Amino acid sequence: MQRAALGLALALALPTAAAAQAPLAAQGCLGCHGASGAGSAAIPGLTGRPAAELSAAMRAFAANERPGTIMGRIARGYTEAEIAALAAHFAALPAGGSR
Amino acid sequence: MNSTLSRRGFLAAAAATALAMPSIARAQGAARLLVVGGGFGGASAARFARIAYPWLDVTLVEPQSRFVTCPYGNLVLAGERGMADINHSFDGLRARGVTVVHDWVEGIDPVAKSVRLRGGATLGYDRMILSPGIALRWGAIEGYDEAASQLLPHAWVPADGGQTALLRRQLEAMEDGGVVGISIPGNPFRCPPGPYERISMIAQYLKRHKPKSKILALDAKDAFSKQPLFQDGWKQLYGDMIEWVPLSKDGKVVRVDAATRTLETEFGAKHQVAVANIIPPQSAARIAISAGLADNSGWVPVNPRSFESRAAPGIHVVGDANNGAPMPKSGFVANNTAKQAVAAAAALLRGEPVPEAVYFNTCYSHVGDEYGISIVGVFRPTDTGITEVPNSGGVSPRGNLPDQRRAEAAYADAWYASITADAWG
Repeated sequence: MQRAALGLALALALPTAAAAQAPLAAQGCLGCHGASGAGSAAIPGLTGRPAAELSAAMRAFAANERPGTIMGRIARGYTEAEIAALAAHFAALPAGGSR
Repeated sequence: MNSTLSRRGFLAAAAATALAMPSIARAQGAARLLVVGGGFGGASAARFARIAYPWLDVTLVEPQSRFVTCPYGNLVLAGERGMADINHSFDGLRARGVTVVHDWVEGIDPVAKSVRLRGGATLGYDRMILSPGIALRWGAIEGYDEAASQLLPHAWVPADGGQTALLRRQLEAMEDGGVVGISIPGNPFRCPPGPYERISMIAQYLKRHKPKSKILALDAKDAFSKQPLFQDGWKQLYGDMIEWVPLSKDGKVVRVDAATRTLETEFGAKHQVAVANIIPPQSAARIAISAGLADNSGWVPVNPRSFESRAAPGIHVVGDANNGAPMPKSGFVANNTAKQAVAAAAALLRGEPVPEAVYFNTCYSHVGDEYGISIVGVFRPTDTGITEVPNSGGVSPRGNLPDQRRAEAAYADAWYASITADAWG
Protein backbone atom coordinates (compact mmCIF):
# COMPACT_ATOMS: atom_id res chain seq x y z
CA MET A 1 0.00 0.00 0.00
CA GLN A 2 2.67 2.41 1.12
CA ARG A 3 4.83 1.25 -1.79
CA ALA A 4 2.03 1.76 -4.29
CA ALA A 5 1.46 5.26 -2.97
CA LEU A 6 5.15 6.00 -3.27
CA GLY A 7 5.19 4.67 -6.82
CA LEU A 8 2.33 6.99 -7.68
CA ALA A 9 4.11 9.91 -6.06
CA LEU A 10 7.22 9.07 -8.04
CA ALA A 11 5.26 8.92 -11.27
CA LEU A 12 3.62 12.26 -10.56
CA ALA A 13 6.86 13.91 -9.58
CA LEU A 14 8.70 12.64 -12.63
CA PRO A 15 6.46 12.70 -15.66
CA THR A 16 9.40 12.67 -18.08
CA ALA A 17 11.09 9.75 -16.42
CA ALA A 18 7.91 7.75 -16.06
CA ALA A 19 7.02 8.32 -19.70
CA ALA A 20 10.51 7.49 -20.88
CA GLN A 21 10.42 4.01 -19.40
CA ALA A 22 8.69 1.74 -21.86
CA PRO A 23 6.78 -1.24 -20.47
CA LEU A 24 8.85 -4.42 -20.78
CA ALA A 25 6.79 -5.69 -23.71
CA ALA A 26 7.67 -2.54 -25.64
CA GLN A 27 11.40 -2.95 -25.05
CA GLY A 28 11.58 -5.33 -27.99
CA CYS A 29 10.43 -2.54 -30.34
CA LEU A 30 13.40 -0.37 -29.40
CA GLY A 31 15.97 -2.71 -30.93
CA CYS A 32 14.89 -1.52 -34.38
CA HIS A 33 12.57 1.48 -33.99
CA GLY A 34 15.18 3.69 -32.32
CA ALA A 35 16.30 3.61 -28.69
CA SER A 36 13.49 6.03 -27.81
CA GLY A 37 11.00 4.57 -30.30
CA ALA A 38 11.28 7.64 -32.53
CA GLY A 39 12.54 5.67 -35.53
CA SER A 40 15.93 4.88 -36.99
CA ALA A 41 16.80 5.69 -40.62
CA ALA A 42 14.58 3.48 -42.83
CA ILE A 43 12.58 2.16 -39.85
CA PRO A 44 9.62 4.41 -38.98
CA GLY A 45 9.06 6.00 -35.59
CA LEU A 46 6.31 4.88 -33.22
CA THR A 47 6.27 7.80 -30.80
CA GLY A 48 3.51 10.38 -30.90
CA ARG A 49 1.22 8.29 -33.07
CA PRO A 50 -2.32 7.68 -31.78
CA ALA A 51 -2.62 4.49 -29.74
CA ALA A 52 -5.58 3.37 -31.85
CA GLU A 53 -3.51 3.71 -35.01
CA LEU A 54 -0.62 1.68 -33.57
CA SER A 55 -2.94 -1.06 -32.25
CA ALA A 56 -4.81 -1.23 -35.54
CA ALA A 57 -1.52 -1.50 -37.44
CA MET A 58 -0.34 -4.37 -35.26
CA ARG A 59 -3.67 -6.19 -35.71
CA ALA A 60 -3.59 -5.65 -39.48
CA PHE A 61 0.01 -6.91 -39.69
CA ALA A 62 -0.92 -9.98 -37.64
CA ALA A 63 -3.86 -10.74 -39.93
CA ASN A 64 -1.78 -10.25 -43.10
CA GLU A 65 -4.14 -7.42 -44.04
CA ARG A 66 -1.33 -4.89 -44.17
CA PRO A 67 1.72 -5.60 -46.29
CA GLY A 68 5.01 -5.65 -44.43
CA THR A 69 8.47 -7.14 -44.60
CA ILE A 70 8.77 -8.50 -41.07
CA MET A 71 6.00 -6.96 -38.95
CA GLY A 72 3.44 -9.69 -39.68
CA ARG A 73 5.75 -12.32 -38.24
CA ILE A 74 6.32 -10.13 -35.18
CA ALA A 75 2.78 -8.92 -34.50
CA ARG A 76 1.42 -12.47 -34.29
CA GLY A 77 3.59 -13.10 -31.22
CA TYR A 78 2.02 -10.45 -28.97
CA THR A 79 -1.17 -10.47 -26.91
CA GLU A 80 -3.91 -7.85 -27.20
CA ALA A 81 -2.97 -6.56 -23.75
CA GLU A 82 0.69 -6.17 -24.71
CA ILE A 83 -0.22 -4.40 -27.94
CA ALA A 84 -2.51 -2.02 -26.03
CA ALA A 85 0.23 -1.29 -23.47
CA LEU A 86 2.94 -0.57 -26.00
CA ALA A 87 0.58 1.47 -28.19
CA ALA A 88 -0.39 3.60 -25.19
CA HIS A 89 3.24 3.99 -24.23
CA PHE A 90 4.47 5.18 -27.63
CA ALA A 91 1.40 7.36 -28.17
CA ALA A 92 2.23 9.25 -24.97
CA LEU A 93 5.76 10.14 -26.10
CA PRO A 94 6.60 13.17 -28.24
CA ALA A 95 7.05 12.27 -31.90
CA GLY A 96 10.62 13.56 -32.01
CA GLY A 97 11.60 11.26 -29.18
CA SER A 98 13.67 12.08 -26.16
CA ARG A 99 15.76 10.29 -23.68
CA MET B 1 17.46 11.40 -19.41
CA ASN B 2 18.38 14.37 -21.51
CA SER B 3 18.54 17.27 -19.12
CA THR B 4 20.29 18.19 -15.91
CA LEU B 5 16.91 18.94 -14.41
CA SER B 6 15.49 15.45 -14.92
CA ARG B 7 18.75 13.97 -13.67
CA ARG B 8 18.45 16.01 -10.50
CA GLY B 9 14.85 14.88 -10.25
CA PHE B 10 15.98 11.30 -10.43
CA LEU B 11 18.49 11.81 -7.66
CA ALA B 12 15.89 13.45 -5.44
CA ALA B 13 13.51 10.60 -6.14
CA ALA B 14 16.24 8.08 -5.42
CA ALA B 15 16.83 9.70 -2.05
CA ALA B 16 13.10 9.73 -1.30
CA THR B 17 12.82 6.10 -2.34
CA ALA B 18 15.72 5.13 -0.11
CA LEU B 19 14.13 6.84 2.88
CA ALA B 20 10.74 5.28 2.32
CA MET B 21 11.99 1.79 1.56
CA PRO B 22 14.38 0.49 4.18
CA SER B 23 14.69 -2.82 2.35
CA ILE B 24 16.79 -1.17 -0.34
CA ALA B 25 18.30 1.57 1.77
CA ARG B 26 21.65 0.09 2.72
CA ALA B 27 23.56 1.88 5.44
CA GLN B 28 26.19 2.88 2.91
CA GLY B 29 23.75 4.04 0.23
CA ALA B 30 21.89 2.76 -2.79
CA ALA B 31 21.53 -0.87 -3.82
CA ARG B 32 24.52 -1.90 -5.90
CA LEU B 33 23.97 -3.47 -9.30
CA LEU B 34 27.24 -4.80 -10.67
CA VAL B 35 27.27 -5.48 -14.40
CA VAL B 36 30.07 -7.70 -15.65
CA GLY B 37 30.68 -7.45 -19.40
CA GLY B 38 30.12 -4.43 -21.64
CA GLY B 39 28.68 -6.09 -24.74
CA PHE B 40 25.09 -6.10 -25.96
CA GLY B 41 23.88 -7.75 -22.74
CA GLY B 42 25.92 -5.83 -20.19
CA ALA B 43 25.79 -2.38 -21.77
CA SER B 44 22.03 -2.68 -22.35
CA ALA B 45 21.57 -3.75 -18.73
CA ALA B 46 23.58 -0.85 -17.34
CA ARG B 47 21.81 1.71 -19.54
CA PHE B 48 18.34 0.35 -18.81
CA ALA B 49 19.04 0.18 -15.08
CA ARG B 50 19.98 3.88 -14.95
CA ILE B 51 16.90 4.89 -16.97
CA ALA B 52 14.28 2.66 -15.39
CA TYR B 53 15.62 2.24 -11.84
CA PRO B 54 17.58 5.39 -11.04
CA TRP B 55 17.79 4.36 -7.37
CA LEU B 56 20.30 1.67 -8.40
CA ASP B 57 24.03 2.31 -8.07
CA VAL B 58 25.36 0.79 -11.30
CA THR B 59 28.95 -0.27 -11.94
CA LEU B 60 30.05 -1.89 -15.21
CA VAL B 61 33.26 -3.89 -15.53
CA GLU B 62 34.57 -4.42 -19.06
CA PRO B 63 38.19 -4.99 -20.13
CA GLN B 64 38.01 -3.16 -23.46
CA SER B 65 38.02 0.64 -23.49
CA ARG B 66 35.81 0.52 -26.60
CA PHE B 67 33.50 -2.35 -27.47
CA VAL B 68 33.86 -3.89 -30.92
CA THR B 69 30.69 -5.65 -32.04
CA CYS B 70 30.41 -9.01 -33.79
CA PRO B 71 27.39 -7.76 -35.75
CA TYR B 72 28.51 -5.81 -38.82
CA GLY B 73 32.00 -7.32 -38.51
CA ASN B 74 31.16 -9.29 -41.65
CA LEU B 75 30.63 -6.00 -43.48
CA VAL B 76 34.10 -4.93 -42.40
CA LEU B 77 35.43 -8.14 -43.96
CA ALA B 78 33.62 -7.18 -47.17
CA GLY B 79 35.13 -3.69 -47.10
CA GLU B 80 31.65 -2.17 -46.76
CA ARG B 81 32.37 -0.77 -43.29
CA GLY B 82 35.49 0.24 -41.39
CA MET B 83 36.53 -0.80 -37.90
CA ALA B 84 35.52 2.67 -36.67
CA ASP B 85 31.92 1.88 -37.64
CA ILE B 86 31.65 -1.16 -35.35
CA ASN B 87 33.15 0.03 -32.09
CA HIS B 88 31.45 1.90 -29.31
CA SER B 89 32.64 4.11 -26.49
CA PHE B 90 31.41 3.82 -22.92
CA ASP B 91 31.11 7.59 -22.54
CA GLY B 92 27.35 7.41 -23.11
CA LEU B 93 26.95 5.07 -20.16
CA ARG B 94 29.24 7.23 -18.01
CA ALA B 95 27.06 10.24 -18.83
CA ARG B 96 24.06 8.28 -17.58
CA GLY B 97 25.74 7.74 -14.23
CA VAL B 98 27.23 4.29 -14.74
CA THR B 99 30.61 3.80 -13.08
CA VAL B 100 32.69 2.12 -15.80
CA VAL B 101 35.73 0.12 -14.71
CA HIS B 102 38.07 -1.23 -17.40
CA ASP B 103 39.41 -4.42 -15.89
CA TRP B 104 38.94 -8.20 -15.94
CA VAL B 105 36.87 -10.01 -13.35
CA GLU B 106 39.16 -12.81 -12.18
CA GLY B 107 36.91 -14.44 -9.60
CA ILE B 108 33.37 -14.32 -8.23
CA ASP B 109 32.42 -15.05 -4.64
CA PRO B 110 28.63 -15.50 -4.75
CA VAL B 111 28.41 -16.00 -0.98
CA ALA B 112 30.29 -12.84 -0.01
CA LYS B 113 28.71 -11.16 -3.06
CA SER B 114 31.94 -9.74 -4.39
CA VAL B 115 34.22 -10.01 -7.40
CA ARG B 116 37.98 -9.83 -7.60
CA LEU B 117 39.51 -7.76 -10.38
CA ARG B 118 42.80 -8.47 -12.14
CA GLY B 119 43.97 -5.04 -11.06
CA GLY B 120 43.66 -6.18 -7.43
CA ALA B 121 40.46 -4.41 -6.34
CA THR B 122 37.42 -6.15 -4.89
CA LEU B 123 33.92 -4.96 -5.76
CA GLY B 124 30.86 -5.84 -3.72
CA TYR B 125 27.33 -6.07 -5.08
CA ASP B 126 23.75 -6.65 -4.05
CA ARG B 127 22.76 -8.13 -7.43
CA MET B 128 24.95 -8.94 -10.41
CA ILE B 129 24.17 -8.96 -14.13
CA LEU B 130 26.79 -11.26 -15.64
CA SER B 131 27.07 -10.96 -19.42
CA PRO B 132 30.53 -12.35 -20.10
CA GLY B 133 30.03 -13.69 -23.63
CA ILE B 134 31.69 -16.83 -24.91
CA ALA B 135 34.98 -18.68 -24.70
CA LEU B 136 36.45 -20.40 -27.72
CA ARG B 137 37.19 -24.04 -26.91
CA TRP B 138 40.87 -24.12 -27.84
CA GLY B 139 41.90 -27.64 -28.81
CA ALA B 140 38.38 -28.84 -29.59
CA ILE B 141 39.67 -28.77 -33.16
CA GLU B 142 43.09 -30.41 -32.91
CA GLY B 143 45.83 -27.88 -33.60
CA TYR B 144 43.58 -24.87 -33.16
CA ASP B 145 44.77 -22.89 -30.17
CA GLU B 146 45.33 -19.23 -29.46
CA ALA B 147 48.66 -19.21 -31.33
CA ALA B 148 47.06 -20.86 -34.38
CA SER B 149 44.38 -18.16 -34.38
CA GLN B 150 47.08 -15.62 -35.25
CA LEU B 151 47.53 -17.48 -38.57
CA LEU B 152 43.99 -18.80 -39.05
CA PRO B 153 41.76 -16.13 -37.48
CA HIS B 154 38.45 -16.96 -35.84
CA ALA B 155 37.19 -13.35 -35.89
CA TRP B 156 34.37 -14.55 -33.64
CA VAL B 157 35.34 -12.82 -30.38
CA PRO B 158 36.24 -9.31 -31.48
CA ALA B 159 37.96 -8.15 -28.24
CA ASP B 160 40.04 -5.19 -29.49
CA GLY B 161 39.06 -5.88 -33.11
CA GLY B 162 42.41 -7.48 -33.95
CA GLN B 163 40.93 -10.75 -35.22
CA THR B 164 38.47 -9.07 -37.58
CA ALA B 165 41.20 -6.77 -38.89
CA LEU B 166 43.55 -9.75 -39.38
CA LEU B 167 41.03 -11.72 -41.44
CA ARG B 168 40.31 -8.62 -43.52
CA ARG B 169 44.04 -8.12 -44.22
CA GLN B 170 44.42 -11.78 -45.24
CA LEU B 171 41.50 -11.48 -47.66
CA GLU B 172 43.00 -8.32 -49.12
CA ALA B 173 46.42 -9.98 -49.50
CA MET B 174 45.07 -13.14 -51.12
CA GLU B 175 45.68 -13.57 -54.84
CA ASP B 176 42.75 -13.90 -57.22
CA GLY B 177 41.91 -17.57 -57.63
CA GLY B 178 42.60 -18.49 -54.01
CA VAL B 179 40.31 -20.62 -51.87
CA VAL B 180 38.93 -19.18 -48.63
CA GLY B 181 38.19 -22.02 -46.18
CA ILE B 182 35.65 -21.47 -43.42
CA SER B 183 35.12 -23.98 -40.62
CA ILE B 184 31.71 -23.74 -38.93
CA PRO B 185 30.80 -25.40 -35.62
CA GLY B 186 27.80 -27.46 -34.56
CA ASN B 187 25.01 -26.00 -32.41
CA PRO B 188 24.82 -24.15 -30.13
CA PHE B 189 27.15 -21.26 -30.90
CA ARG B 190 27.17 -17.46 -30.99
CA CYS B 191 25.08 -15.93 -33.80
CA PRO B 192 23.57 -18.89 -35.72
CA PRO B 193 23.27 -17.03 -39.07
CA GLY B 194 26.64 -15.29 -38.63
CA PRO B 195 28.88 -17.76 -40.48
CA TYR B 196 26.55 -17.71 -43.48
CA GLU B 197 26.37 -13.93 -43.58
CA ARG B 198 30.17 -14.05 -43.41
CA ILE B 199 30.30 -16.43 -46.40
CA SER B 200 28.01 -14.01 -48.24
CA MET B 201 30.04 -10.90 -47.43
CA ILE B 202 33.37 -12.53 -48.30
CA ALA B 203 31.77 -13.67 -51.58
CA GLN B 204 30.66 -10.11 -52.27
CA TYR B 205 34.22 -8.87 -51.78
CA LEU B 206 35.72 -11.65 -53.90
CA LYS B 207 33.21 -11.21 -56.71
CA ARG B 208 34.22 -7.56 -57.04
CA HIS B 209 37.94 -7.84 -56.52
CA LYS B 210 39.04 -11.48 -56.99
CA PRO B 211 36.34 -13.13 -59.10
CA LYS B 212 38.25 -16.35 -59.82
CA SER B 213 38.39 -17.17 -56.10
CA LYS B 214 36.29 -19.76 -54.28
CA ILE B 215 34.83 -20.22 -50.81
CA LEU B 216 34.90 -23.68 -49.23
CA ALA B 217 32.57 -23.77 -46.21
CA LEU B 218 33.09 -26.88 -44.08
CA ASP B 219 30.20 -27.30 -41.65
CA ALA B 220 29.84 -29.55 -38.58
CA LYS B 221 26.06 -29.71 -39.09
CA ASP B 222 23.59 -30.57 -41.82
CA ALA B 223 21.26 -27.59 -41.58
CA PHE B 224 21.59 -23.93 -40.64
CA SER B 225 19.65 -20.77 -39.92
CA LYS B 226 17.80 -19.23 -42.91
CA GLN B 227 19.42 -21.95 -45.07
CA PRO B 228 17.09 -21.85 -48.12
CA LEU B 229 17.23 -18.05 -48.18
CA PHE B 230 21.02 -17.97 -47.99
CA GLN B 231 21.41 -20.66 -50.63
CA ASP B 232 18.93 -18.93 -52.98
CA GLY B 233 20.91 -15.71 -52.60
CA TRP B 234 24.30 -17.40 -53.07
CA LYS B 235 23.19 -19.01 -56.32
CA GLN B 236 21.62 -15.81 -57.61
CA LEU B 237 24.44 -13.45 -56.64
CA TYR B 238 27.59 -15.56 -56.67
CA GLY B 239 26.92 -18.50 -59.02
CA ASP B 240 29.20 -21.41 -58.14
CA MET B 241 31.71 -19.42 -56.07
CA ILE B 242 30.50 -20.96 -52.77
CA GLU B 243 30.74 -24.66 -51.94
CA TRP B 244 29.00 -25.56 -48.67
CA VAL B 245 29.88 -29.01 -47.33
CA PRO B 246 27.55 -30.34 -44.61
CA LEU B 247 28.41 -32.80 -41.84
CA SER B 248 26.98 -35.73 -43.77
CA LYS B 249 29.29 -34.97 -46.70
CA ASP B 250 32.36 -34.92 -44.44
CA GLY B 251 32.12 -31.24 -43.60
CA LYS B 252 33.27 -31.40 -39.98
CA VAL B 253 36.80 -30.07 -39.47
CA VAL B 254 38.57 -32.03 -36.72
CA ARG B 255 42.20 -30.95 -37.20
CA VAL B 256 44.08 -28.00 -38.62
CA ASP B 257 47.70 -27.40 -39.51
CA ALA B 258 48.16 -23.69 -39.08
CA ALA B 259 51.55 -23.48 -40.79
CA THR B 260 50.27 -24.94 -44.09
CA ARG B 261 46.66 -23.66 -43.69
CA THR B 262 45.34 -27.22 -44.03
CA LEU B 263 41.90 -28.15 -42.73
CA GLU B 264 41.30 -31.87 -42.14
CA THR B 265 37.82 -33.31 -41.85
CA GLU B 266 36.42 -36.26 -39.91
CA PHE B 267 37.03 -38.82 -42.64
CA GLY B 268 40.51 -37.60 -43.48
CA ALA B 269 40.02 -35.19 -46.39
CA LYS B 270 42.70 -32.49 -46.32
CA HIS B 271 41.90 -29.07 -47.75
CA GLN B 272 44.80 -26.66 -48.17
CA VAL B 273 43.43 -23.15 -48.53
CA ALA B 274 44.79 -19.64 -49.12
CA VAL B 275 42.92 -18.07 -46.21
CA ALA B 276 41.32 -20.02 -43.37
CA ASN B 277 38.68 -18.70 -40.98
CA ILE B 278 38.14 -21.17 -38.16
CA ILE B 279 35.00 -20.60 -36.09
CA PRO B 280 35.60 -23.13 -33.32
CA PRO B 281 33.20 -24.79 -30.88
CA GLN B 282 32.32 -22.51 -27.95
CA SER B 283 31.19 -22.41 -24.35
CA ALA B 284 30.19 -19.77 -21.84
CA ALA B 285 33.08 -17.42 -21.05
CA ARG B 286 35.71 -18.72 -18.65
CA ILE B 287 34.58 -16.58 -15.70
CA ALA B 288 31.14 -18.25 -15.80
CA ILE B 289 32.75 -21.69 -15.81
CA SER B 290 35.35 -20.97 -13.12
CA ALA B 291 32.61 -19.55 -10.89
CA GLY B 292 30.77 -22.87 -11.18
CA LEU B 293 27.76 -21.43 -12.98
CA ALA B 294 27.86 -23.59 -16.14
CA ASP B 295 26.59 -27.15 -16.37
CA ASN B 296 28.12 -30.03 -18.36
CA SER B 297 26.94 -28.43 -21.61
CA GLY B 298 29.35 -25.57 -21.02
CA TRP B 299 26.51 -23.03 -20.83
CA VAL B 300 24.80 -21.48 -17.81
CA PRO B 301 21.34 -22.71 -16.79
CA VAL B 302 19.12 -19.83 -15.67
CA ASN B 303 15.63 -19.15 -14.40
CA PRO B 304 13.66 -18.30 -17.56
CA ARG B 305 11.90 -15.29 -15.94
CA SER B 306 14.70 -13.67 -13.96
CA PHE B 307 17.81 -15.08 -15.71
CA GLU B 308 19.12 -15.76 -12.22
CA SER B 309 21.71 -18.50 -12.21
CA ARG B 310 20.41 -21.89 -11.02
CA ALA B 311 23.71 -22.36 -9.19
CA ALA B 312 24.28 -18.92 -7.66
CA PRO B 313 21.38 -16.79 -6.41
CA GLY B 314 21.91 -13.07 -6.90
CA ILE B 315 23.73 -13.50 -10.22
CA HIS B 316 21.62 -12.94 -13.35
CA VAL B 317 23.34 -14.37 -16.41
CA VAL B 318 22.38 -12.90 -19.79
CA GLY B 319 23.71 -12.92 -23.32
CA ASP B 320 25.46 -15.71 -25.18
CA ALA B 321 26.74 -17.38 -21.99
CA ASN B 322 23.38 -18.65 -20.80
CA ASN B 323 21.34 -21.59 -22.00
CA GLY B 324 18.42 -19.64 -23.42
CA ALA B 325 17.33 -22.11 -26.09
CA PRO B 326 15.24 -21.96 -28.18
CA MET B 327 16.26 -18.29 -28.25
CA PRO B 328 19.40 -17.82 -30.36
CA LYS B 329 22.66 -16.46 -29.00
CA SER B 330 22.23 -13.05 -30.61
CA GLY B 331 22.94 -9.43 -29.75
CA PHE B 332 19.22 -8.71 -29.92
CA VAL B 333 18.35 -11.43 -27.42
CA ALA B 334 21.16 -10.22 -25.14
CA ASN B 335 19.81 -6.65 -25.30
CA ASN B 336 16.22 -7.71 -24.77
CA THR B 337 16.68 -10.27 -22.00
CA ALA B 338 19.17 -8.01 -20.18
CA LYS B 339 16.30 -5.59 -19.54
CA GLN B 340 14.12 -8.35 -18.12
CA ALA B 341 17.03 -9.46 -15.93
CA VAL B 342 17.47 -5.89 -14.64
CA ALA B 343 13.73 -5.58 -14.00
CA ALA B 344 13.84 -8.90 -12.14
CA ALA B 345 16.89 -7.86 -10.11
CA ALA B 346 15.23 -4.55 -9.20
CA ALA B 347 12.02 -6.31 -8.18
CA LEU B 348 13.86 -8.86 -6.05
CA LEU B 349 15.84 -6.09 -4.34
CA ARG B 350 12.53 -4.51 -3.37
CA GLY B 351 10.96 -7.81 -2.32
CA GLU B 352 8.51 -7.70 -5.21
CA PRO B 353 7.56 -10.44 -7.68
CA VAL B 354 9.50 -10.76 -10.93
CA PRO B 355 7.50 -9.02 -13.70
CA GLU B 356 5.82 -10.85 -16.57
CA ALA B 357 8.13 -11.39 -19.50
CA VAL B 358 8.04 -11.57 -23.27
CA TYR B 359 11.27 -11.88 -25.24
CA PHE B 360 11.96 -10.77 -28.75
CA ASN B 361 14.63 -11.40 -31.36
CA THR B 362 15.37 -10.14 -34.84
CA CYS B 363 18.47 -11.23 -36.77
CA TYR B 364 19.06 -9.56 -40.10
CA SER B 365 21.72 -10.91 -42.43
CA HIS B 366 23.27 -9.25 -45.44
CA VAL B 367 23.51 -11.65 -48.37
CA GLY B 368 24.69 -9.06 -50.90
CA ASP B 369 24.45 -5.44 -51.84
CA GLU B 370 20.89 -4.25 -51.03
CA TYR B 371 19.99 -7.86 -50.30
CA GLY B 372 18.92 -8.55 -46.71
CA ILE B 373 17.04 -11.41 -45.05
CA SER B 374 15.77 -11.92 -41.51
CA ILE B 375 14.57 -14.31 -38.87
CA VAL B 376 12.41 -13.10 -36.00
CA GLY B 377 11.03 -14.77 -32.90
CA VAL B 378 8.77 -13.95 -29.96
CA PHE B 379 9.37 -16.08 -26.88
CA ARG B 380 7.81 -16.57 -23.46
CA PRO B 381 9.05 -18.16 -20.26
CA THR B 382 7.29 -21.22 -18.85
CA ASP B 383 7.78 -23.01 -15.56
CA THR B 384 10.39 -25.25 -17.14
CA GLY B 385 12.07 -23.15 -19.81
CA ILE B 386 11.39 -20.86 -22.73
CA THR B 387 9.06 -21.46 -25.68
CA GLU B 388 8.53 -19.68 -28.95
CA VAL B 389 5.02 -18.28 -29.42
CA PRO B 390 3.22 -20.59 -31.89
CA ASN B 391 2.27 -19.18 -35.30
CA SER B 392 4.58 -16.22 -34.94
CA GLY B 393 8.12 -15.41 -35.96
CA GLY B 394 10.02 -17.12 -38.74
CA VAL B 395 12.07 -16.13 -41.75
CA SER B 396 11.64 -13.85 -44.78
CA PRO B 397 9.61 -15.32 -47.65
CA ARG B 398 11.47 -17.10 -50.46
CA GLY B 399 11.19 -16.13 -54.10
CA ASN B 400 12.24 -13.34 -56.40
CA LEU B 401 11.39 -10.43 -54.09
CA PRO B 402 13.87 -7.62 -54.75
CA ASP B 403 11.81 -4.98 -52.90
CA GLN B 404 11.67 -7.14 -49.79
CA ARG B 405 15.43 -7.85 -49.95
CA ARG B 406 16.24 -4.16 -50.48
CA ALA B 407 14.00 -3.11 -47.60
CA GLU B 408 15.49 -5.68 -45.25
CA ALA B 409 19.04 -4.59 -46.08
CA ALA B 410 18.07 -1.01 -45.19
CA TYR B 411 16.30 -2.19 -42.04
CA ALA B 412 19.40 -4.12 -41.04
CA ASP B 413 21.44 -0.90 -41.13
CA ALA B 414 18.74 0.90 -39.13
CA TRP B 415 18.63 -1.99 -36.65
CA TYR B 416 22.38 -1.70 -36.02
CA ALA B 417 22.11 2.04 -35.36
CA SER B 418 19.10 1.54 -33.12
CA ILE B 419 20.30 -1.35 -30.98
CA THR B 420 23.79 0.02 -30.47
CA ALA B 421 22.21 3.29 -29.26
CA ASP B 422 20.00 1.25 -26.93
CA ALA B 423 23.10 -0.40 -25.50
CA TRP B 424 25.89 2.20 -25.47
CA GLY B 425 24.05 5.45 -26.22
